[in-house]
Amino acid sequence: MIDHPKAEELTVAVARWIDQVRPALDPRNAFLARVAANALGTVTRELALGPKAEAAATERLAGVLGRQGGHAELTTELCERLRSGELGVATPGLMATLRANVLEQIAIDQPNYRHEGSSPPA
Amino acid sequence: MSVDVLSALPRLAQRLGGEGAVLAAAERLSGGASMETWAFAVETPGHRRDLILRRRSAPFDPDTSRSTSLAAEAALIAAVRAKGAPAPPLAHLCDEADGLGEAHVTERISGETLGRRIVSDPRFDAVRPKLARQCGEILAMIHDTPPPDAAHLKTADFLAELGRYEEIYRTSGAERPVLELAFQHLKKHAPEPMPLVLLHGDFRNGNLMIDPEVGVAAVLDWELSHIGDPAEDLGWICVNSWRFGRPDKPVGGFGDYADLLAGYEAAGGAPIALSRVRAWQALGSLKWGVMCLMMYQSWVGDPEASVERPMIGRRVSETEIDLVNLLESGL
Repeated sequence: MIDHPKAEELTVAVARWIDQVRPALDPRNAFLARVAANALGTVTRELALGPKAEAAATERLAGVLGRQGGHAELTTELCERLRSGELGVATPGLMATLRANVLEQIAIDQPNYRHEGSSPPA
Repeated sequence: MSVDVLSALPRLAQRLGGEGAVLAAAERLSGGASMETWAFAVETPGHRRDLILRRRSAPFDPDTSRSTSLAAEAALIAAVRAKGAPAPPLAHLCDEADGLGEAHVTERISGETLGRRIVSDPRFDAVRPKLARQCGEILAMIHDTPPPDAAHLKTADFLAELGRYEEIYRTSGAERPVLELAFQHLKKHAPEPMPLVLLHGDFRNGNLMIDPEVGVAAVLDWELSHIGDPAEDLGWICVNSWRFGRPDKPVGGFGDYADLLAGYEAAGGAPIALSRVRAWQALGSLKWGVMCLMMYQSWVGDPEASVERPMIGRRVSETEIDLVNLLESGL
């Protein structure tokens, strides 16, 4: 892969530029510019964390379902077996798997999101 | 529906203030997908009246929309105010002569609506501990209000609401294991039906005007009002997505369940178990998750839509962690 610059350096550079021009924008566009900069932050985190998170999520799904497979097909199978009622809250390992997978997704989407299971702020 | 609000407002100011009245200030406060809010003032010699205009900016289909008409909102505001609930008094229901389309005008109540400020700004430190109880009291008044016939409100209990969102989820084609689990679990663990009442329908931190002295000064945005389970409103304000970084304060990020429920009962509301509120809170997180998915999908089909929509799509995961917490705690 080309790494001069890396993809995550390009997203950081564009996000910085947006932050530089934001003060000159009207309120509506200033708001959207902040959203756009946040979107680039998400992309930057996904570039850094996404591949490992997906591999780990796939591994966990395989553990619950008892078979190997790709992330998308295991997700489809899990959804079908949850919908049929074959798997549910009481299924061993299911909630721990869902929690771990969702937490890795949140680390990409909204790392500062605080929920009922978050540790208290330092 | 192209309407030049700024050129229609001076005429409206004269209509409201009479001969010699002038428009003093007009600014657009927010633009949702289908609704605009404007602040303006009408000045007559020696007097200034601060007002809020709400108008629909996109075509409205009363059969398919979840929202009520603005005329229905006006009828609701009058009805709940008669029971003592703080809603901004209606000043004017717009008609054709105003040239503003579907719109109404209410008095402007001062205070703060931004959730993050309400939960963290020191200005609200003194009043914050009182807010959850006030919310309970106000909800009891709203729930005790006879639904105005003119409002033509829809009715939905727990399973109807769950079913409606499951259908939207199915149609979306999304595959999210946590949402799927929540649909199935809540279907099996739906609270027993209880008498249905008039609901606000979007009672949360963000739709409350908070005054640093008096607390809840007004309840805003009545467009999602409907008939339903009283715990729907009580659970909705406890959804973690509007606790603004304070998950330790279940009610809006500012208060505790016990105060909300005590205020509700003290003001005449039927006793409601915490487990019922938590079930509705879970359905609330699930609904918000599906809404986030829909925000993303509405962007896919609309090249003009703003960057805000796909980014809201990335908020599905916040509802998933909230649902995992609720499901693991046994709700």
